[in-house]
Amino acid sequence: MTEPDDFENRISPVRILIAKPGLDGHDRGAKVLVRALRDAGFEVVYTGLFQTPEMIASAALQEDVQVIGLSILSGAHMTLFPQIMQELKGRGLDDVLVVAGGTIPKADIPAVKGLGVAEVFGPGTRLSEIVDFIRQNAPAPSPLW
Amino acid sequence: MLPRLATLVENEDPRGLEALDVLYPLTGKAHVVGVTGPPGAGKSSLVAALLDRIRASGRRAAVLAVDPTSTISGGAVLGDRIRMMEQHADEGVFVRSMASRGRQGGLAWATAGLVHLLDAAGYPLVLVETVGTGQDGTDIASLADTVVVVEAPGLGDGIQAIKSGLLEVGDIVVVNKADQPGADDARRLLRAAFDLAHPTDSRETPILPAVAITGSGVAELLTAIDDHVSWLTESGQLTVRRERAARSEVLAGIRMALDRRLEAGSSHMPELASLISRVARRELSPREAVETLTVMLGPSVNS
Ligand code: B12
Ligand SMILES: Nc1nc2c(ncn2[C@@H]2O[C@H](COP(=O)(O)OP(=O)(O)OP(=O)(O)O)[C@@H](O)[C@H]2O)c(=O)[nH]1
Ligand SMILES: [Mg+2]
Repeated sequence: MTEPDDFENRISPVRILIAKPGLDGHDRGAKVLVRALRDAGFEVVYTGLFQTPEMIASAALQEDVQVIGLSILSGAHMTLFPQIMQELKGRGLDDVLVVAGGTIPKADIPAVKGLGVAEVFGPGTRLSEIVDFIRQNAPAPSPLW
Repeated sequence: MLPRLATLVENEDPRGLEALDVLYPLTGKAHVVGVTGPPGAGKSSLVAALLDRIRASGRRAAVLAVDPTSTISGGAVLGDRIRMMEQHADEGVFVRSMASRGRQGGLAWATAGLVHLLDAAGYPLVLVETVGTGQDGTDIASLADTVVVVEAPGLGDGIQAIKSGLLEVGDIVVVNKADQPGADDARRLLRAAFDLAHPTDSRETPILPAVAITGSGVAELLTAIDDHVSWLTESGQLTVRRERAARSEVLAGIRMALDRRLEAGSSHMPELASLISRVARRELSPREAVETLTVMLGPSVNS
């Protein structure tokens, strides 16, 4: 007999980590985004300001998020993103969807994507666009065995 | 491994739940400490400060921090971790945020399961931070061995604290933000409220001042927590509490299973569907229908 509370029929919320790497006090965008993601039904872990690549990666590992969002308006993305991606890889976190936003110049976007960042959202992006992208691309937590 | 397993348990993935069944016999070794209190009292800050102290004492520790799920969107902001980022590089500390996912009372349904996982993983101390709760946040008492209630000056006049029911479950009370005006008054009021509520207890509930953001008073808090375990063990209360925890977890599980079946609709239960129709046609009263169905659960207590 099939149970009425069949696991397959239930949808578990997607878990997201929103992080602010480096010495960057611009948190307005990150906070707006955190709220929008909550209102879209996501569970959002917010790290707060001034995170090192190690802090972001270890938080992502322990929280087992399916998505990591990096918000950066300091201009240091080309220094910090490679380190973050390396820390993630070092912890075996290669099935996580990484997205970024903030003031990342257009010219840098190909390089940022080359690091494994799936998409970059600049100033003025509609929040619904970000929500839709994450909805469509977030992986499900895969089983262990 | 541990983080993914926690996700599978939290999502009620059968693979996670079966793993938990296998691990369960390994549990019961951890000392489970609940940290509860009104929103903004400083629970997360205090947990972070405790982690420093626990690590200094050479022990590993895990934290489960629960924040509320929005009843409108089903989403949640899990913000407790912000205060605990200092410990990020420490392999001996594991912090996991959880959304309450529709449960009232300060915890998520899966919190107990995750406590068992961390217990089986060998963390000797598991700290559980509840949702910041004004009222009705006493579920932690049926999960934790030791309940720490965090209050702060300016968050109420002691009457609130009594009304909330939190004092009844507190084994240790902390007046945090002791650097703020009114802390001494708050402590005095709480002491009076406490002695009124528990005049005959053999163990006097400590009411301790602390400043979570500087770490002041936190060593004393850890001592009080450790003393409480010793007291639990020596007085035999530990067995009583573990029994109570097991009972409440099993009953909660049964309630949830029944609830889900009922909500899944009467299509799965033809007897229920026909009883409901008869109630609608006024052939049967609602009470009679309920009684007919609950008879299956055995004799009723009030008959
Ligand atoms: C407001 C502001 C401030 C405020 C910040 C308040 C706060 N708590 O956030 C204050 C006044 C404090 C400030 C200070 C400074 N600022 Co300023 N600031 C701005 C300004 C005008 C707007 C930023 C903002 O809040 N926008 C509104 C939010 C909602 O938009 P957003 O952050 O861009 O987010 C959107 C997208 O980018 C995206 N997004 C953002 N994050 C993420 C993350 C993910 C995962 C995703 C998917 C999407 C996403 O989604 C959001 C919605 O569309 C920008 C100019 C600009 N055009 O961006 C400069 C700007 C960012 N600041 C700048 C500078 C230089 C500074 C200062 C160094 C100035 C100084 N000399 O004092 C200081 C540094 C402060 C610090 N400690 O870091 C520069 C940065 C230059 C650079 N990148 O190289 C900018 C670009 C201005 C400029 N053109 O020179 N600033
Ligand atoms: N002055 C002072 N501020 C404190 C102290 N402890 C915490 N705070 C501040 O109080 C605010 C709330 O602290 P948290 O630790 O997030 O409180 P919380 O009880 O976990 O909050 P919720 O989880 O949202 O219910 C933060 O701004 C802290 O910096 C303290 O001892 N003294
Ligand atoms: Mg908190």
